[in-house]
Amino acid sequence: MTSKTPLYEKHIALDGRMVDFAGWLMPVQYKGLQEEHQSTRNHVGLFDVSHMGEIRVKGPKALEFLESVTTNLVGQLEPLRAQYNLLPNDKGGLVDDIYIYCLEKNTDYLICVNASNDEKDWQWLLSHKIDGAELTHESSKWAQVAVQGPGALKLISEVLDHDVTLFKKNQILRGSFNGGEFIFATTGYTGEMGGEIFISSPQAESLWDKLLQLGSAYHIAPSGLGARDTLRTEMGYPLYGHEISDTLNPFAANLGWVIKSDQKNFLGKSEILAGKAQGLTHKLVGIELIDKGIARAEHRVKKNSDNNLTDIGWVTSGTFSPTLQKGIALAYVALPEAFIGNQILIEVRSKLFRAIVVSLPFVKK
Amino acid sequence: MIRVPEDYYYTKDHEWAQADENVVTVGITEFAQQSLGEVVYVELPEEGQKVSQGDPFGVVESVKAVSDLYAPVSGTVIEVNSSLVDNPSFLNDNPMVDGWLIRIELDNEKELANLLRAPDYKKLISEK
Repeated sequence: MTSKTPLYEKHIALDGRMVDFAGWLMPVQYKGLQEEHQSTRNHVGLFDVSHMGEIRVKGPKALEFLESVTTNLVGQLEPLRAQYNLLPNDKGGLVDDIYIYCLEKNTDYLICVNASNDEKDWQWLLSHKIDGAELTHESSKWAQVAVQGPGALKLISEVLDHDVTLFKKNQILRGSFNGGEFIFATTGYTGEMGGEIFISSPQAESLWDKLLQLGSAYHIAPSGLGARDTLRTEMGYPLYGHEISDTLNPFAANLGWVIKSDQKNFLGKSEILAGKAQGLTHKLVGIELIDKGIARAEHRVKKNSDNNLTDIGWVTSGTFSPTLQKGIALAYVALPEAFIGNQILIEVRSKLFRAIVVSLPFVKK
Repeated sequence: MIRVPEDYYYTKDHEWAQADENVVTVGITEFAQQSLGEVVYVELPEEGQKVSQGDPFGVVESVKAVSDLYAPVSGTVIEVNSSLVDNPSFLNDNPMVDGWLIRIELDNEKELANLLRAPDYKKLISEK
Protein backbone atom coordinates (compact mmCIF):
# COMPACT_ATOMS: atom_id res chain seq x y z
CA MET A 1 0.00 0.00 0.00
CA THR A 2 1.47 3.32 -1.03
CA SER A 3 -0.05 6.68 -0.22
CA LYS A 4 0.07 9.85 -2.28
CA THR A 5 0.64 13.27 -0.77
CA PRO A 6 -1.73 16.12 -1.72
CA LEU A 7 1.08 17.28 -4.05
CA TYR A 8 1.37 14.02 -6.00
CA GLU A 9 -0.12 15.44 -9.22
CA LYS A 10 2.33 18.36 -9.03
CA HIS A 11 5.27 15.96 -8.97
CA ILE A 12 3.92 14.07 -11.98
CA ALA A 13 3.40 17.35 -13.88
CA LEU A 14 7.01 18.32 -13.06
CA ASP A 15 8.20 14.94 -14.32
CA GLY A 16 9.44 13.90 -10.88
CA ARG A 17 10.88 10.41 -10.62
CA MET A 18 8.58 8.79 -8.09
CA VAL A 19 9.72 6.15 -5.61
CA ASP A 20 8.17 4.39 -2.65
CA PHE A 21 9.55 5.90 0.55
CA ALA A 22 8.14 4.67 3.87
CA GLY A 23 4.90 3.81 2.11
CA TRP A 24 4.65 7.14 0.29
CA LEU A 25 5.06 7.83 -3.41
CA MET A 26 7.62 10.61 -3.32
CA PRO A 27 9.82 12.36 -5.90
CA VAL A 28 13.44 11.25 -5.48
CA GLN A 29 14.47 13.87 -8.02
CA TYR A 30 13.11 16.01 -10.83
CA LYS A 31 15.77 17.27 -13.24
CA GLY A 32 18.89 16.18 -11.42
CA LEU A 33 19.94 15.53 -7.86
CA GLN A 34 23.14 17.56 -7.85
CA GLU A 35 21.50 20.54 -9.52
CA GLU A 36 18.71 20.44 -6.95
CA HIS A 37 21.24 20.15 -4.12
CA GLN A 38 23.12 23.22 -5.36
CA SER A 39 19.88 25.17 -5.71
CA THR A 40 19.25 24.80 -1.99
CA ARG A 41 22.85 25.71 -1.12
CA ASN A 42 22.88 28.77 -3.41
CA HIS A 43 19.27 29.84 -4.01
CA VAL A 44 16.06 28.12 -2.89
CA GLY A 45 14.94 24.49 -2.92
CA LEU A 46 11.31 23.47 -2.56
CA PHE A 47 10.54 20.06 -1.07
CA ASP A 48 7.31 18.18 -0.51
CA VAL A 49 7.67 16.70 2.97
CA SER A 50 4.00 15.85 3.44
CA HIS A 51 4.94 12.26 4.22
CA MET A 52 6.08 13.44 7.67
CA GLY A 53 3.51 12.67 10.38
CA GLU A 54 1.80 15.08 12.75
CA ILE A 55 0.44 14.38 16.21
CA ARG A 56 -1.38 17.07 18.20
CA VAL A 57 -1.22 17.13 21.98
CA LYS A 58 -3.73 19.37 23.75
CA GLY A 59 -5.28 19.75 27.17
CA PRO A 60 -4.38 20.90 30.66
CA LYS A 61 -1.79 18.11 31.04
CA ALA A 62 -0.33 18.39 27.53
CA LEU A 63 3.00 19.72 28.76
CA GLU A 64 3.26 17.28 31.66
CA PHE A 65 2.63 14.39 29.27
CA LEU A 66 5.21 15.57 26.73
CA GLU A 67 7.84 16.09 29.43
CA SER A 68 7.28 12.51 30.59
CA VAL A 69 7.98 10.92 27.19
CA THR A 70 10.74 13.17 25.76
CA THR A 71 14.36 13.95 26.63
CA ASN A 72 14.51 17.70 25.94
CA LEU A 73 12.89 20.40 28.08
CA VAL A 74 9.50 21.03 26.50
CA GLY A 75 8.66 23.35 29.41
CA GLN A 76 11.31 25.77 28.24
CA LEU A 77 9.46 26.26 24.98
CA GLU A 78 7.78 29.63 24.75
CA PRO A 79 4.65 29.97 22.60
CA LEU A 80 5.42 29.99 18.88
CA ARG A 81 8.81 28.35 19.32
CA ALA A 82 9.86 24.91 18.13
CA GLN A 83 12.37 22.40 19.44
CA TYR A 84 14.23 19.26 18.39
CA ASN A 85 13.50 16.40 20.75
CA LEU A 86 13.75 12.64 21.20
CA LEU A 87 11.20 9.96 22.07
CA PRO A 88 13.12 7.30 23.99
CA ASN A 89 11.88 3.73 24.28
CA ASP A 90 12.24 1.64 27.45
CA LYS A 91 15.26 -0.30 26.16
CA GLY A 92 17.88 2.42 25.89
CA GLY A 93 17.12 3.35 22.29
CA LEU A 94 14.75 5.72 20.53
CA VAL A 95 11.20 5.34 19.28
CA ASP A 96 11.87 8.38 17.06
CA ASP A 97 13.45 11.80 16.83
CA ILE A 98 10.84 14.53 16.60
CA TYR A 99 10.18 18.23 16.41
CA ILE A 100 7.79 19.85 18.90
CA TYR A 101 5.98 23.08 18.09
CA CYS A 102 4.54 25.07 21.00
CA LEU A 103 1.27 26.63 19.83
CA GLU A 104 -0.11 27.48 23.30
CA LYS A 105 2.12 27.17 26.33
CA ASN A 106 1.21 24.19 28.52
CA THR A 107 -1.88 23.20 26.55
CA ASP A 108 -1.31 22.89 22.79
CA TYR A 109 1.64 21.31 20.99
CA LEU A 110 2.17 19.85 17.53
CA ILE A 111 4.67 17.01 17.11
CA CYS A 112 6.23 16.32 13.74
CA VAL A 113 7.44 12.71 13.38
CA ASN A 114 9.24 10.65 10.77
CA ALA A 115 7.01 9.11 8.09
CA SER A 116 8.48 5.67 8.71
CA ASN A 117 7.58 5.90 12.42
CA ASP A 118 4.25 7.70 12.22
CA GLU A 119 2.02 4.81 13.26
CA LYS A 120 4.57 3.45 15.78
CA ASP A 121 4.90 6.86 17.46
CA TRP A 122 1.14 7.29 17.57
CA GLN A 123 0.67 3.90 19.28
CA TRP A 124 3.58 4.59 21.64
CA LEU A 125 2.20 7.95 22.71
CA LEU A 126 -1.33 6.59 23.07
CA SER A 127 -0.12 3.78 25.29
CA HIS A 128 1.61 6.25 27.65
CA LYS A 129 -1.03 8.95 27.57
CA ILE A 130 -2.16 10.47 30.86
CA ASP A 131 -5.53 11.92 31.79
CA GLY A 132 -5.71 15.57 30.86
CA ALA A 133 -3.71 15.15 27.66
CA GLU A 134 -5.65 14.69 24.46
CA LEU A 135 -3.97 13.20 21.42
CA THR A 136 -5.10 13.65 17.84
CA HIS A 137 -3.43 12.01 14.85
CA GLU A 138 -3.34 14.87 12.34
CA SER A 139 -1.13 13.39 9.62
CA SER A 140 -3.85 13.46 6.97
CA LYS A 141 -4.93 16.96 7.94
CA TRP A 142 -1.59 18.52 7.00
CA ALA A 143 0.60 18.71 3.97
CA GLN A 144 4.09 20.09 4.56
CA VAL A 145 6.60 21.80 2.32
CA ALA A 146 10.18 22.75 3.10
CA VAL A 147 11.54 25.96 1.55
CA GLN A 148 15.29 26.03 2.09
CA GLY A 149 18.18 28.16 0.97
CA PRO A 150 19.64 31.68 1.18
CA GLY A 151 16.61 33.23 -0.57
CA ALA A 152 13.98 31.15 1.24
CA LEU A 153 12.86 33.57 3.96
CA LYS A 154 12.36 36.42 1.50
CA LEU A 155 10.29 34.20 -0.74
CA ILE A 156 8.24 32.85 2.17
CA SER A 157 7.59 36.43 3.33
CA GLU A 158 6.12 37.26 -0.08
CA VAL A 159 4.08 34.09 -0.33
CA LEU A 160 2.65 34.20 3.21
CA ASP A 161 2.34 37.99 3.10
CA HIS A 162 4.19 38.40 6.38
CA ASP A 163 7.80 39.45 6.92
CA VAL A 164 9.68 36.50 8.39
CA THR A 165 13.13 37.55 7.18
CA LEU A 166 14.25 38.44 10.71
CA PHE A 167 12.95 35.22 12.26
CA LYS A 168 15.49 33.33 14.32
CA LYS A 169 15.80 29.57 14.08
CA ASN A 170 12.83 27.62 15.51
CA GLN A 171 10.39 30.53 15.40
CA ILE A 172 6.75 29.93 14.43
CA LEU A 173 4.20 31.96 12.47
CA ARG A 174 0.53 30.92 12.31
CA GLY A 175 -1.96 32.21 9.80
CA SER A 176 -4.17 31.35 6.89
CA PHE A 177 -3.35 30.94 3.23
CA ASN A 178 -6.09 30.85 0.62
CA GLY A 179 -8.60 30.07 3.37
CA GLY A 180 -6.58 27.23 4.90
CA GLU A 181 -4.61 27.16 8.12
CA PHE A 182 -0.80 27.18 8.03
CA ILE A 183 1.91 26.79 10.64
CA PHE A 184 5.26 28.08 9.45
CA ALA A 185 8.50 27.55 11.36
CA THR A 186 12.13 28.40 10.68
CA THR A 187 13.20 24.77 10.79
CA GLY A 188 14.75 22.47 8.25
CA TYR A 189 16.92 19.50 7.45
CA THR A 190 19.40 21.03 5.04
CA GLY A 191 21.60 23.38 7.10
CA GLU A 192 20.38 26.39 5.12
CA MET A 193 18.17 29.20 6.33
CA GLY A 194 14.54 28.87 5.45
CA GLY A 195 11.63 27.07 6.91
CA GLU A 196 8.93 24.50 6.70
CA ILE A 197 5.23 25.18 6.25
CA PHE A 198 2.48 22.89 7.51
CA ILE A 199 -0.48 23.66 5.30
CA SER A 200 -4.02 22.40 5.52
CA SER A 201 -4.12 19.64 2.86
CA PRO A 202 -6.73 21.21 0.52
CA GLN A 203 -4.55 24.34 0.17
CA ALA A 204 -1.30 22.45 -0.47
CA GLU A 205 -1.44 22.72 -4.26
CA SER A 206 -2.15 26.45 -4.33
CA LEU A 207 0.68 27.08 -1.85
CA TRP A 208 3.06 24.95 -3.93
CA ASP A 209 2.05 26.81 -7.11
CA LYS A 210 2.52 30.21 -5.51
CA LEU A 211 5.94 29.25 -4.13
CA LEU A 212 7.06 28.15 -7.59
CA GLN A 213 5.54 31.15 -9.30
CA LEU A 214 7.01 33.82 -7.01
CA GLY A 215 10.07 31.64 -6.48
CA SER A 216 11.22 31.89 -10.09
CA ALA A 217 12.71 35.30 -9.23
CA TYR A 218 14.74 33.49 -6.55
CA HIS A 219 15.84 30.65 -8.86
CA ILE A 220 13.74 28.16 -6.94
CA ALA A 221 14.09 24.49 -7.83
CA PRO A 222 11.59 21.80 -6.88
CA SER A 223 13.81 19.22 -5.23
CA GLY A 224 13.43 15.58 -4.35
CA LEU A 225 14.23 13.28 -1.46
CA GLY A 226 17.61 12.54 -3.05
CA ALA A 227 18.80 16.11 -2.56
CA ARG A 228 17.17 16.24 0.87
CA ASP A 229 19.31 13.27 1.86
CA THR A 230 22.62 14.63 0.49
CA LEU A 231 21.93 18.01 2.10
CA ARG A 232 21.27 16.49 5.54
CA THR A 233 24.23 14.13 5.24
CA GLU A 234 26.57 17.05 4.48
CA MET A 235 25.32 18.59 7.75
CA GLY A 236 25.78 15.35 9.68
CA TYR A 237 22.12 15.31 10.74
CA PRO A 238 20.93 11.91 11.94
CA LEU A 239 18.26 9.97 10.09
CA TYR A 240 16.14 7.49 12.02
CA GLY A 241 16.88 3.93 10.93
CA HIS A 242 20.48 4.90 10.11
CA GLU A 243 22.30 6.95 12.78
CA ILE A 244 19.61 6.40 15.42
CA SER A 245 17.27 3.49 16.00
CA ASP A 246 15.35 1.54 18.60
CA THR A 247 18.60 -0.08 19.77
CA LEU A 248 21.35 2.54 19.29
CA ASN A 249 22.05 4.71 22.33
CA PRO A 250 21.44 8.39 21.47
CA PHE A 251 24.56 9.47 23.40
CA ALA A 252 26.65 7.55 20.88
CA ALA A 253 24.98 9.59 18.11
CA ASN A 254 26.24 12.83 19.76
CA LEU A 255 22.70 13.68 20.86
CA GLY A 256 23.62 14.30 24.50
CA TRP A 257 22.74 17.98 24.01
CA VAL A 258 19.07 17.02 23.64
CA ILE A 259 19.04 14.74 26.70
CA LYS A 260 18.36 16.84 29.80
CA SER A 261 18.62 13.96 32.25
CA ASP A 262 19.97 16.23 35.03
CA GLN A 263 16.90 18.42 34.85
CA LYS A 264 13.99 16.07 34.43
CA ASN A 265 12.66 12.55 34.58
CA PHE A 266 11.35 10.84 31.51
CA LEU A 267 10.34 7.40 30.35
CA GLY A 268 13.41 5.36 29.38
CA LYS A 269 15.84 7.67 31.20
CA SER A 270 17.45 5.00 33.37
CA GLU A 271 17.95 2.66 30.39
CA ILE A 272 19.61 5.38 28.28
CA LEU A 273 21.82 6.43 31.19
CA ALA A 274 22.68 2.79 31.97
CA GLY A 275 23.83 2.32 28.39
CA LYS A 276 26.06 5.36 28.72
CA ALA A 277 27.38 4.32 32.15
CA GLN A 278 28.32 0.85 30.93
CA GLY A 279 30.56 2.60 28.45
CA LEU A 280 29.65 3.17 24.85
CA THR A 281 31.76 1.08 22.51
CA HIS A 282 31.25 3.16 19.34
CA LYS A 283 30.68 6.79 18.47
CA LEU A 284 29.16 8.44 15.42
CA VAL A 285 31.75 10.30 13.33
CA GLY A 286 32.09 11.93 9.94
CA ILE A 287 34.30 10.30 7.32
CA GLU A 288 35.66 11.67 4.06
CA LEU A 289 36.95 9.34 1.39
CA ILE A 290 40.53 9.97 0.32
CA ASP A 291 40.35 7.51 -2.56
CA LYS A 292 37.81 8.04 -5.31
CA GLY A 293 34.81 6.02 -4.27
CA ILE A 294 31.58 6.13 -2.34
CA ALA A 295 30.92 4.43 0.97
CA ARG A 296 27.35 3.29 1.52
CA ALA A 297 25.30 2.28 4.55
CA GLU A 298 26.42 -1.03 6.10
CA HIS A 299 29.91 -0.98 4.62
CA ARG A 300 32.48 -1.98 7.25
CA VAL A 301 35.08 0.41 8.64
CA LYS A 302 38.57 -1.09 9.09
CA LYS A 303 41.90 -0.07 10.49
CA ASN A 304 45.25 -1.27 9.28
CA SER A 305 47.80 -1.51 12.08
CA ASP A 306 51.06 -3.43 11.57
CA ASN A 307 49.51 -5.10 8.52
CA ASN A 308 46.67 -6.40 10.66
CA LEU A 309 43.24 -5.47 9.44
CA THR A 310 40.77 -4.99 12.28
CA ASP A 311 37.09 -4.21 12.02
CA ILE A 312 36.35 -0.96 13.86
CA GLY A 313 32.81 -0.08 12.82
CA TRP A 314 30.16 0.42 10.17
CA VAL A 315 28.79 3.10 7.87
CA THR A 316 25.25 4.31 8.65
CA SER A 317 24.83 6.78 5.76
CA GLY A 318 27.12 7.29 2.81
CA THR A 319 26.83 9.31 -0.35
CA PHE A 320 28.65 11.48 -2.83
CA SER A 321 28.75 15.06 -1.56
CA PRO A 322 27.65 17.46 -4.32
CA THR A 323 29.29 20.35 -2.44
CA LEU A 324 32.66 18.68 -1.74
CA GLN A 325 32.58 16.47 -4.86
CA LYS A 326 33.81 13.46 -2.91
CA GLY A 327 32.48 10.53 -0.92
CA ILE A 328 31.30 11.32 2.61
CA ALA A 329 29.85 9.03 5.25
CA LEU A 330 28.51 8.91 8.76
CA ALA A 331 29.78 5.88 10.63
CA TYR A 332 29.92 4.29 14.05
CA VAL A 333 33.58 3.83 14.87
CA ALA A 334 35.10 2.13 17.93
CA LEU A 335 35.84 4.81 20.54
CA PRO A 336 39.66 4.53 20.53
CA GLU A 337 39.63 5.09 16.75
CA ALA A 338 36.95 7.79 16.69
CA PHE A 339 39.29 10.79 16.66
CA ILE A 340 39.53 13.50 14.03
CA GLY A 341 42.36 12.96 11.58
CA ASN A 342 42.45 9.20 12.03
CA GLN A 343 43.21 7.45 8.73
CA ILE A 344 40.95 4.46 8.31
CA LEU A 345 39.68 2.16 5.58
CA ILE A 346 36.21 1.46 4.25
CA GLU A 347 35.52 -1.92 2.74
CA VAL A 348 33.55 -1.44 -0.46
CA ARG A 349 32.81 -4.56 -2.54
CA SER A 350 35.83 -6.29 -0.96
CA LYS A 351 38.12 -3.38 -1.89
CA LEU A 352 39.60 -1.09 0.74
CA PHE A 353 39.25 2.64 0.22
CA ARG A 354 41.35 5.07 2.26
CA ALA A 355 39.32 7.54 4.32
CA ILE A 356 39.78 9.99 7.18
CA VAL A 357 37.73 10.90 10.25
CA VAL A 358 36.70 14.56 10.02
CA SER A 359 34.73 16.99 12.17
CA LEU A 360 31.03 17.49 11.50
CA PRO A 361 29.35 19.11 9.70
CA PHE A 362 31.12 18.21 6.46
CA VAL A 363 30.00 21.53 5.00
CA LYS A 364 30.60 24.36 7.46
CA LYS A 365 27.90 26.98 7.50
CA MET B 1 14.08 9.98 -28.01
CA ILE B 2 16.43 7.21 -26.95
CA ARG B 3 19.04 6.27 -29.53
CA VAL B 4 19.25 2.53 -30.22
CA PRO B 5 21.67 1.98 -33.15
CA GLU B 6 20.72 -0.93 -35.38
CA ASP B 7 24.19 -2.49 -35.62
CA TYR B 8 24.71 -2.85 -31.84
CA TYR B 9 23.80 -5.72 -29.55
CA TYR B 10 21.96 -5.13 -26.26
CA THR B 11 21.36 -6.85 -22.93
CA LYS B 12 18.32 -6.94 -20.68
CA ASP B 13 20.50 -5.10 -18.14
CA HIS B 14 20.76 -2.15 -20.53
CA GLU B 15 24.31 -2.54 -21.76
CA TRP B 16 25.24 -2.23 -25.40
CA ALA B 17 27.88 -4.30 -27.20
CA GLN B 18 29.42 -3.49 -30.53
CA ALA B 19 31.32 -6.29 -32.24
CA ASP B 20 34.28 -5.59 -34.50
CA GLU B 21 35.55 -9.02 -35.54
CA ASN B 22 36.53 -10.66 -32.25
CA VAL B 23 36.65 -7.47 -30.19
CA VAL B 24 33.50 -6.28 -28.45
CA THR B 25 33.17 -2.73 -27.10
CA VAL B 26 30.79 -2.47 -24.13
CA GLY B 27 28.84 0.44 -22.65
CA ILE B 28 25.54 1.35 -21.05
CA THR B 29 22.56 2.46 -23.09
CA GLU B 30 20.89 5.88 -23.19
CA PHE B 31 18.02 4.29 -21.33
CA ALA B 32 20.38 3.14 -18.57
CA GLN B 33 22.04 6.52 -18.16
CA GLN B 34 18.67 8.26 -17.96
CA SER B 35 17.47 5.83 -15.28
CA LEU B 36 20.70 6.11 -13.30
CA GLY B 37 20.84 9.87 -13.14
CA GLU B 38 24.19 11.62 -12.85
CA VAL B 39 26.98 9.09 -12.65
CA VAL B 40 29.62 10.17 -10.13
CA TYR B 41 31.76 7.05 -9.82
CA VAL B 42 32.80 4.22 -12.11
CA GLU B 43 34.66 1.06 -11.12
CA LEU B 44 36.10 -0.99 -13.97
CA PRO B 45 38.18 -4.19 -14.20
CA GLU B 46 41.89 -4.33 -14.93
CA GLU B 47 43.14 -5.05 -18.42
CA GLY B 48 43.78 -8.77 -18.77
CA GLN B 49 40.95 -9.75 -16.44
CA LYS B 50 38.62 -12.53 -17.56
CA VAL B 51 34.88 -11.86 -17.65
CA SER B 52 31.94 -14.21 -18.17
CA GLN B 53 28.72 -13.53 -19.99
CA GLY B 54 26.09 -12.30 -17.54
CA ASP B 55 28.51 -11.83 -14.63
CA PRO B 56 29.21 -8.46 -13.01
CA PHE B 57 32.47 -6.83 -14.15
CA GLY B 58 32.17 -3.37 -12.62
CA VAL B 59 30.00 -0.78 -10.95
CA VAL B 60 28.55 2.61 -11.77
CA GLU B 61 27.24 4.83 -9.00
CA SER B 62 25.00 7.84 -9.06
CA VAL B 63 24.80 10.05 -5.99
CA LYS B 64 21.95 7.88 -4.76
CA ALA B 65 22.43 4.37 -6.12
CA VAL B 66 24.92 1.63 -6.95
CA SER B 67 24.40 -0.42 -10.12
CA ASP B 68 26.35 -3.46 -11.28
CA LEU B 69 27.64 -3.73 -14.83
CA TYR B 70 27.21 -7.15 -16.47
CA ALA B 71 29.46 -8.57 -19.16
CA PRO B 72 27.52 -9.10 -22.40
CA VAL B 73 30.04 -11.70 -23.57
CA SER B 74 32.78 -13.89 -22.10
CA GLY B 75 36.41 -13.10 -22.81
CA THR B 76 39.43 -11.09 -21.79
CA VAL B 77 39.35 -7.36 -21.04
CA ILE B 78 41.90 -5.86 -23.45
CA GLU B 79 41.16 -2.18 -22.96
CA VAL B 80 39.53 -0.04 -20.25
CA ASN B 81 38.20 3.48 -20.71
CA SER B 82 40.27 5.01 -17.93
CA SER B 83 39.09 8.55 -18.77
CA LEU B 84 35.84 7.66 -16.99
CA VAL B 85 37.59 7.61 -13.62
CA ASP B 86 38.03 11.38 -13.77
CA ASN B 87 35.09 12.05 -16.08
CA PRO B 88 32.20 9.80 -15.02
CA SER B 89 29.82 12.34 -16.58
CA PHE B 90 30.80 10.96 -20.03
CA LEU B 91 28.37 8.16 -19.19
CA ASN B 92 25.52 10.66 -19.09
CA ASP B 93 26.66 12.98 -21.84
CA ASN B 94 27.49 10.39 -24.47
CA PRO B 95 27.16 6.78 -23.26
CA MET B 96 27.33 5.35 -26.78
CA VAL B 97 30.69 6.96 -27.66
CA ASP B 98 32.82 8.74 -25.01
CA GLY B 99 31.22 6.66 -22.28
CA TRP B 100 32.31 3.23 -23.56
CA LEU B 101 33.45 1.10 -20.63
CA ILE B 102 35.67 -1.78 -21.76
CA ARG B 103 36.76 -3.76 -24.80
CA ILE B 104 36.56 -7.53 -24.53
CA GLU B 105 38.34 -10.06 -26.70
CA LEU B 106 35.66 -12.64 -27.34
CA ASP B 107 36.08 -16.26 -26.28
CA ASN B 108 33.21 -17.49 -28.41
CA GLU B 109 31.44 -15.56 -31.15
CA LYS B 110 28.36 -17.74 -30.72
CA GLU B 111 27.59 -15.94 -27.45
CA LEU B 112 26.55 -12.87 -29.45
CA ALA B 113 23.45 -14.81 -30.45
CA ASN B 114 22.31 -14.69 -26.79
CA LEU B 115 22.08 -10.88 -26.96
CA LEU B 116 19.18 -8.69 -28.06
CA ARG B 117 19.12 -6.87 -31.39
CA ALA B 118 17.86 -3.29 -31.72
CA PRO B 119 14.16 -4.05 -32.45
CA ASP B 120 13.88 -6.34 -29.41
CA TYR B 121 15.71 -3.90 -27.18
CA LYS B 122 13.47 -1.04 -28.32
CA LYS B 123 10.50 -3.22 -27.46
CA LEU B 124 11.98 -3.94 -24.01
CA ILE B 125 12.44 -0.28 -23.08
CA SER B 126 9.10 0.79 -24.55
CA GLU B 127 7.44 -1.56 -22.04
CA LYS B 128 9.14 0.17 -19.11
